[in-house]
Amino acid sequence: MFSLLQEAATTAVEITGEEAVVIDETAPHAADAHTYGDAAHYAAESAGLPQLDVTTFGNQIFWLVVTLVVLYLVLSRVAVPRIAAVLSDRQGALTGDLMAAEEFKQKAREAEAAYDKALAEARSEAQRIVAQNRAEIQAELERAIAKADAEIAARTAESEARIREIRASADQSAREVARDVTAALVESLGGTADAAAIDAALDSRMKGFVQ
Amino acid sequence: MATEATGGGLEFKPMEQFEVKALFGETVAWYTPTNVTLWLFLTALAAISLLVLGSRGRAIVPSRAQSVAELTYGLVHKMIEDIAGKEGLRYFPYILTLFLFVAFANLLGLVPMAFTVTSHIAVTGILAMAVFVGVTAIGFIKNGAHFLDLFWVRSAPLAVRPILAVIEVISYFVRPLSLSIRLAGNMIAGHAVIKVFAGFAAIAAVAPVAVVAVVGMYAFEVLVALVQAYVFTILTCVYLKDALHPSH
Repeated sequence: MFSLLQEAATTAVEITGEEAVVIDETAPHAADAHTYGDAAHYAAESAGLPQLDVTTFGNQIFWLVVTLVVLYLVLSRVAVPRIAAVLSDRQGALTGDLMAAEEFKQKAREAEAAYDKALAEARSEAQRIVAQNRAEIQAELERAIAKADAEIAARTAESEARIREIRASADQSAREVARDVTAALVESLGGTADAAAIDAALDSRMKGFVQ
Repeated sequence: MATEATGGGLEFKPMEQFEVKALFGETVAWYTPTNVTLWLFLTALAAISLLVLGSRGRAIVPSRAQSVAELTYGLVHKMIEDIAGKEGLRYFPYILTLFLFVAFANLLGLVPMAFTVTSHIAVTGILAMAVFVGVTAIGFIKNGAHFLDLFWVRSAPLAVRPILAVIEVISYFVRPLSLSIRLAGNMIAGHAVIKVFAGFAAIAAVAPVAVVAVVGMYAFEVLVALVQAYVFTILTCVYLKDALHPSH
């Protein structure tokens, strides 16, 4: 910019000759003025703001419109659709992923429910089998007990019969022994053994001991 | 930069940076490529680079450049949606163009030796007039004569309405003026102040202060550049809202 400034300044000085005014204006516009005085006047007037130099407006507006049209076309044809597509793709991917996650969650929940159900079924099946076995064992046990009871009863009856028999035979033996002893006693005392009388006496005496 | 210590004195030429010069040759005709042309071109290039090259990857998980492009897109998109509503989104590409153009023109103007196109009233004037004419046209096309309800404040007492109407009409027509002068004024002022401070750097005694001041002003101007682009865009959205929904 230094060189540009120097160039402008030199040109300005050349045009205004000996005047010590620093002309803050580009050479072409200064050159448009025909006399030094006009140039100085023009320069002084436009020294303030280049923005107010109407002669450059056409140029600026023309190039601005060209730029804006190009920028608008590129943005609206390329950039905006592309970014919109990327954003909606991302949105779609997010939604899809969320839905997939939800689906997986649902599946997990279903699997858990199925597992729980299977577990409950197995448990009840086991309980049923246990109950069945218990009933079978119980029945068997009862059968065995009944059988044992019957056997015990039979044996008891048999034993009782034998005891009764033994007792009866013992009774008989005792009576015979007693009779024999009585008869022998009676004879040794010099009496005659009356069988009938001895039996009666024995009977009356043994009533208390033997039924 | 703009000052030359010729003749033993300081010379401040803070406005010289705004001069329109032909790139080749001397005369500036309407078609001549000038420094304006160059910086307009660079502005468009920067904007296109950000949005077109940035989004080149079309990645679901964006790169850094794509993130910035998407953020810019989202910023303008949300601004229009929030202020002008869903119908305003039809004009999204143009408003995005405006925002990017102003933002990049402002920022590129801060590059040392650069020319700030948005410091020229001709440029900002055309931008503002395009908004003004466009919004007015949209208002009349969408609402017909009802667009004039914008100036007839029904919520006010009847007696006050004519006065309000006059004020509303004036404020409506001042819009392009305020829009363009706000932007150009901010740019001119900021750049001129930086140049003035830079001029003081030629005096050894105050040079450190001047350099610090230039750095401070520069940081401030970066902020101003973005804020002005934002303000320009947000006002465009507000005007668009008025055109789409003219009743108060």
